[in-house]
Amino acid sequence: MIRTLGRDRVAAIGVVLLLIGLVLPKVIYPVVGIDLLCFALFAVSFDLLFGYVGLLSFGQALFWGGGGYVAAIVIARGHVDVAIAIAVGVAYAVVAAALVGMLAVRRAGIYFAMVTLAVAQIQYFLAVQFVDLTGGDNGLNLGARGHLLGIPIENDVVYYYIAFVLVVLGIWFALRVTRSPFGSVLQAMRENEPRAIALGYRVNRYKVAVFTMAGGLAGFAGALYAVGNHLAGLEMVDWHTSGAVVMMTVLGGIGTVVGPVVGAGLFQLLEYFVAKTPIGEETNLVMGAIFALCILLFRRGIVGSFLTPRAKRAKV
Amino acid sequence: MLRVVNFAHGTMYMLGAFATYYGAQFLHLPFFPMLILAPLAVGLFGVLIEVVLLRRLYGLDPIYNLLLTFAIVLILEDLMRLIAGPLGSPYAIPDALSGATNLGFVLYPTYKLFVIAVALLVCVATWYVIERTAVGGRIRAATENPVITRALGIDVRRLITVTFGFGVGVAALAGVLAAPTTNVQPNMGDAIIIYTFAIVVIGGLGSIVGSIVAGFALGLIQAIGVVVYPPISTTLIFIMMVIVIVVRPAGLFGRVETGH
Repeated sequence: MIRTLGRDRVAAIGVVLLLIGLVLPKVIYPVVGIDLLCFALFAVSFDLLFGYVGLLSFGQALFWGGGGYVAAIVIARGHVDVAIAIAVGVAYAVVAAALVGMLAVRRAGIYFAMVTLAVAQIQYFLAVQFVDLTGGDNGLNLGARGHLLGIPIENDVVYYYIAFVLVVLGIWFALRVTRSPFGSVLQAMRENEPRAIALGYRVNRYKVAVFTMAGGLAGFAGALYAVGNHLAGLEMVDWHTSGAVVMMTVLGGIGTVVGPVVGAGLFQLLEYFVAKTPIGEETNLVMGAIFALCILLFRRGIVGSFLTPRAKRAKV
Repeated sequence: MLRVVNFAHGTMYMLGAFATYYGAQFLHLPFFPMLILAPLAVGLFGVLIEVVLLRRLYGLDPIYNLLLTFAIVLILEDLMRLIAGPLGSPYAIPDALSGATNLGFVLYPTYKLFVIAVALLVCVATWYVIERTAVGGRIRAATENPVITRALGIDVRRLITVTFGFGVGVAALAGVLAAPTTNVQPNMGDAIIIYTFAIVVIGGLGSIVGSIVAGFALGLIQAIGVVVYPPISTTLIFIMMVIVIVVRPAGLFGRVETGH
């Protein structure tokens, strides 16, 4: 419904975001821009789950951090092209997501959230304990970014634009998924699962499939992030990161694809600026308060509220 | 029980521990009164949260409740970090409970025996109230079917508030008990809440007996795990959860949930 009503507006927001993305490294520190891009794709991947199927996963850091760590390990150990490292990271995330998906779809609603959170914690503890492989508390540092398909990517601005193209492709992929027949089935499941079952759809297969896609995209974003920061650290697999992506997505507006991009951007910038106030490291004080207000007052999120006609807003 | 999954439960546990610490620091209150006072204070705080915030979301998907309590975790944790600093504060074991007791076959720290006794007492009392008393019957009815329960003239809203406050109070009590054994620090609730989720999933949601049995059993399994193969001890509980979900999706003692 949101899409048919607001397709022009989504397109308009998309164009504005693209333009902002193109000039961003001129405005802010390029590495912050890279973080912003990666989190935007991460949030979009989560939107596939929560916005389109209603699956609230609280363990997306599993794929984001998993993709990041695996890519970093491959670069550090294998000394191969970054493209290969990222591909291996994505492959890891896809396999992990397929397995976790098959497990988690056995439970629904809030239980789904609890199960995904708990499973993600397994990987967190593994990352803490296998110090030889992951660097433990220090994280895994990459001395240099190396080359991507032969292109040197050490320069932050160069890497920003490469990541920009890749992230846009990722988001385009997500958008295609939501507008495909497959995407329609997902939304049918969200709106009325028993009816979708009655229509003959094997909903659990669809859920696992979309969970795998979302995991793969999250892993892709995470790998780009780790390479961008020269680091795969524990906070990438921490459950607070899973929570942060939920906040970004809901804040921006679930089920809109462009919303999570806006949410991720605002979230990252806010965090960046709040950290410079006397509150300092304790940015969650502010982020949590904003998120609480969002949940209480505008559950459709920023973009969602903008896309929905006033009369229909009261409903959700 | 309430179909309200409270992410902030671990945070309430943390607040219980801090209440104990600050009670000693500023009001010079000894340990034993805090066993009552801290849960009471934190429980009232929980009631306030329920009435002011959570209540607004009851008509909606419970997912929103989960998200709101997650926001509360972030706010309270960082608030305590600002007030108390990220590092922990030590709290001494009360004199009366320090030292060790000879159990005949083994010398065991007295304080740990005390904790076990209190935990058992609270568990049994909770189970008794929920399963065997009239109030417990109403709580179960309100969970099962709030509309009919309301039609029978029971104030479901107030019942939920009181039960929520009680749950928060018990979490705070756990925090008081933990204060002397662990460092009192803002992130102490983090680890415990995820374990709690796993325990609840294993035990079966809405099943008090299930949670108690799963909780104690997992403590035991984990202790054995530490002896046999230390690196696995932190993940063992989650691996158990995975196995339980595969074998018995509803949890050991749970019923299959209907819909969401």
